[in-house]
Amino acid sequence: MTIKPSDGLVSKGPLQPGTPAPDFSLLAAPGQKVTLSELEGPVVLIFYPADWSPVCSDELSMFESANGLFADRGAQLLGIAVDSVWSHVAFKSNRKLEFPLLADFHPKGEVARSYGVYRDEEGVTERALFVLSAEHEVAWCHVSPIGISPGVDGALRAVEALS
Amino acid sequence: MSADRPQLAVPVGPNDHVVGSDDAAITLVEYGDYQCPYCGQAYAIVKELQNVFDTSLRLVFRNMPLTNVHPQAELAAETAEAVALQGKFWPMHDLLFENQRDLSDAALLRYAEEVGADEKEVASALSQGAVSERVREDVESGIRSGVNGTPTFFVNGDRYDASWALELFQEFLQEVLDQL
Repeated sequence: MTIKPSDGLVSKGPLQPGTPAPDFSLLAAPGQKVTLSELEGPVVLIFYPADWSPVCSDELSMFESANGLFADRGAQLLGIAVDSVWSHVAFKSNRKLEFPLLADFHPKGEVARSYGVYRDEEGVTERALFVLSAEHEVAWCHVSPIGISPGVDGALRAVEALS
Repeated sequence: MSADRPQLAVPVGPNDHVVGSDDAAITLVEYGDYQCPYCGQAYAIVKELQNVFDTSLRLVFRNMPLTNVHPQAELAAETAEAVALQGKFWPMHDLLFENQRDLSDAALLRYAEEVGADEKEVASALSQGAVSERVREDVESGIRSGVNGTPTFFVNGDRYDASWALELFQEFLQEVLDQL
């Protein structure tokens, strides 16, 4: 979870547990916005660097496999990356992902910045997970090395620990 | 091993598909998907590791079909489990990885027959739900263990994140063995 300056992150690091989650409203599909404050129950934010990359595909496939376990606990999964909504639509359809992929596209990376997980040098988000409580406070966060898919176990345990 | 490295959440038990002795120094657990091309590559590598490490290695295979990208993976896994009820899991496992290009419904039943399973019993097991429950349990144990794609390997309970290219994987396992 420790971010070093060499990791390319200029901001002060990921939001820590206990912090209120910054609200956002991002496109999930053309004309269809998802607004955090309008969602009920716990939320898992999956920041990933880019649509189509092999590691991101593995990571999101694992979350798709676990979607039912999160849903059993009333938790909503949201993928977030800086790609445009059109890329997200194609990627989501190609990988048959059921949960929304949000476009943090304009202004680019604004939401990632507000969670402290934007990589200025590369212009992509960290590979970061946030579990938000039903009150939308950060309950847990984890930043993985950019090339390693984190798996789902940590986020699932954090969601289970909420109830 | 770092302290926060994901660990196998469900220990190897009597329900697992195992090759090798319980006394083996190394237990290698693979979570795999029969339709995943990387798992197909890893299949040959694992075979070679079994040759190299012989009785020092115990292999366990658990199902992790990534159904969103591999539409036949779940049925392939369930068919292997149905064949396993007739005691022929490993020949079926091998045949599936050797024939990844055709995992159609008809081909799966043909492979089951080829390894000597009774086709009617396989079809009946597939329709009764017990094998799908078995696959679901594997998937959940994988999710809870930190499986992060396919294939994912665990070496003596720790997730292995480095390359599974033969030379590197063999080197790593040799180090594990030397340290015991």
